[in-house]
Amino acid sequence: MSESPERIEETRLRRLLGPAGPELGCEECLEHLDRYVELELGGSDADAILPGMRAHLEGCSACGEEHESLRALVERTKGKNFI
Amino acid sequence: MPSQRQAHRDVAPDAESRAWLAALRSQGHAYDQAVARLHELLLRAARFEVSRRRTTLRHLRGEDLDDLALQSADDALAAVLAKLEQYRGASRFTTWAYKFALLEAAVKLRRLAWQGREIPVEPERWPSPPSEASATHDGAETAELLDALREAIQTELTPHQREVLVAIALNGVPIDVLAERLGTTRGALYKTLHDARKKLRTRLAAIGLDPIEQGQGR
Repeated sequence: MSESPERIEETRLRRLLGPAGPELGCEECLEHLDRYVELELGGSDADAILPGMRAHLEGCSACGEEHESLRALVERTKGKNFI
Repeated sequence: MPSQRQAHRDVAPDAESRAWLAALRSQGHAYDQAVARLHELLLRAARFEVSRRRTTLRHLRGEDLDDLALQSADDALAAVLAKLEQYRGASRFTTWAYKFALLEAAVKLRRLAWQGREIPVEPERWPSPPSEASATHDGAETAELLDALREAIQTELTPHQREVLVAIALNGVPIDVLAERLGTTRGALYKTLHDARKKLRTRLAAIGLDPIEQGQGR
């Protein structure tokens, strides 16, 4: 299913202007990404515990992709013990 | 950007994480076995990332992607072992370790996808309001916002900020690819992008255009 022209332009504008609120930098985002994903998957309010993380994930597409990957991988391997 | 120092804390790791730490701090055969298991774990994570992104790399052969996953796992293993004492138990050990493998694989894949390609630092296409929308009130506001934004990009930003903003936010160049080409770090480049965006928002607000009210924020 393709996106509407309005939606595409809105996305492009959002990428140009970035998030409105305070956000973390890439280093801090990567440092806390594992904890953030577990808080999310555990049903905690990850954004209240790690403020600025969500804004950065929306503003930085590389960190956003890594967040999606880590979340998907953790969900997929949940309950498995590898040691 | 706010500090996250308050988020640093030591937490007692769960049983599995403690087992990983004990094995990776052991010696001899037990250590070798733990390192081998950790490498397997990291290789699974790297392959997972390659598999998620392989549609963007159709020109690569399967064995090249396998090599990339293996190299990512090797590099992630070195990083995890070097940073083992920095693990604070804020997440499970495996989640913490996955992060290194996914990052290594993602960065290598993005660089590979852009290998040999020029980095476009001029706009390939400016955002434009849909033609039928410009007749509506919202469409006219969007058109006004876009005009002001184009002008602000030219007048408010330094040449470096403009180059970074256009390449990353308009032309979709991955931030780590641009960082490598410019000889800088991803963090430094994001700071430049952040400062450029802040200038644009400030300029738009100064002339009474609020992109949040016009549906461009969250």
